[in-house]
Amino acid sequence: MEFYRGLSPGTVNILRTAKIADARKTLVSIPPKTLDSSWNMINNRFFGRRRPAPPRPIPPGQYLEDGFPVLSAGPTPPVDTATWEFTIHGPGGNGNDSGTETLGSWDWSALNALPQTELHTDLHCVTKWSKLDTDWRGVTIDTLFEDAGIARPGGFVMAFCDGGYTTNLPVEDIVDGKGLLVHTYDGEPLAPEHGGPVRLLVPHLYLWKSAKWVRGLKLMEQDSPGFWEGYGYHMYGDPWREQRYTND
Amino acid sequence: MAAATGPGAGPGRTTDWQIATVESVHAESPRVKLFRLKLPAGQKFSAGQYYDIRLTAPDGYQAQRSYSISSSPEKPGVIELVIELIPGGEVSSYFHEAVVPGERIELRGPIGGHFTWTPNYIEPLLLVAGGSGIAPLMSIIRRRATLDSSPRMLFMFSVRTEHDILFRQELERMAHEDADFDLTITLTRAVPEGWTGETRRIDAQMIDTAFDAATGKTRLREAGTGTPEAAKAAPNPVGQPFGRAYICGGTGFVESIASYLLETGMDYDDIRTERFGP
Repeated sequence: MEFYRGLSPGTVNILRTAKIADARKTLVSIPPKTLDSSWNMINNRFFGRRRPAPPRPIPPGQYLEDGFPVLSAGPTPPVDTATWEFTIHGPGGNGNDSGTETLGSWDWSALNALPQTELHTDLHCVTKWSKLDTDWRGVTIDTLFEDAGIARPGGFVMAFCDGGYTTNLPVEDIVDGKGLLVHTYDGEPLAPEHGGPVRLLVPHLYLWKSAKWVRGLKLMEQDSPGFWEGYGYHMYGDPWREQRYTND
Repeated sequence: MAAATGPGAGPGRTTDWQIATVESVHAESPRVKLFRLKLPAGQKFSAGQYYDIRLTAPDGYQAQRSYSISSSPEKPGVIELVIELIPGGEVSSYFHEAVVPGERIELRGPIGGHFTWTPNYIEPLLLVAGGSGIAPLMSIIRRRATLDSSPRMLFMFSVRTEHDILFRQELERMAHEDADFDLTITLTRAVPEGWTGETRRIDAQMIDTAFDAATGKTRLREAGTGTPEAAKAAPNPVGQPFGRAYICGGTGFVESIASYLLETGMDYDDIRTERFGP
């Protein structure tokens, strides 16, 4: 037996109100954010696992994951820190890095010589899992801009990577400590399958924005879709607004 | 990796939530059930795509998971989903224990545009699945089987025991009737008496053997020109009989096979992966 919004609206509305009020009284472990989510129908025999209850709210549609799943569109590319280099390119040109001015570049030792930042944060993957309390170490994008003498740009960036992956981000979402190049996870060198030696970390957006095996940023005046964005994933990807796909 | 216009993109609004009806439930193995769902609007999809499922409890608690479509896009409007019972899995256990024909399920899709195959790609295909990772590959296998002229295909399927060989009859019949479809099944745990297939995890040697067999039937493809320098520099030891590889399974499984295919000289962009599990 199921209830539908639209089939008999009066009944459903009463049910929703009553059930939510009831739930708020008796199931305090349910984050309010979950109750705010919309739905079209109810699966009457579904109760969910709900263990462990999140210690704090997680974004709508997400579940807690203790492990660290790996989601990549292709193989893990072999990356050698001896030849690794990270570059920031100016706007213009057609490709990820073609025909554009190089505004800054760092090899492995130069990156490690910059001031390092530690970040304790939660991760939210568009494939529905969230992982809480992860510890990272790396260099903020602010530090890179400062080191290269780049005045804080406006607009957007395209992150590009070994293997050809790309993803687009507004500049304002990677500055003020919100975006880092990370090389250390939980005190250990970042494993290749998780994006090592260096990945981008922008934890307030879905994890596909935190590009693995990142090799550079290209400044863009206009927003432009990266790899997954071109396949119908959201251009911005805010997990708290559940921006998974284009029209969300 | 060239970006493309995926079916989830644009004004189609395939990502609106809608309500499908369960047509049938079939126990395909001790841990896997197949669910056929009738979609309200008969949306088309590409082989390899998936749907998001959303369950809502009476008190408003919700859970979402993604499940790949295993049916062929030739039959739009009805999709088959492969759902493995995960211990402690709230969505999979609901499907296995509570969902019966007639049940309505909220979903949206189809989603995904990289791990897909359409018949305009005509190069020989290598498909590798671990366990329920067969789901999106089965859609590709079935789509190919509907064509008059279809590319050569090798499907390597790794499962724990004989009982876990999903779609066994269909696959074995296809391998028997179609000279261009080769099937390798390997059992990684219990091996029954009389089993003549492989009996270990898929490794470099098993892939080499399969490549050698396939190379005899297919023109050699030139060594890889993929992005990673190591793949470029490596000699091509076994020839490259396949234009593209699709690998789906657990993380370790996919990592090891994808890495080996890079070593054999396959282009980075030609190796498409889908991973599951922590």
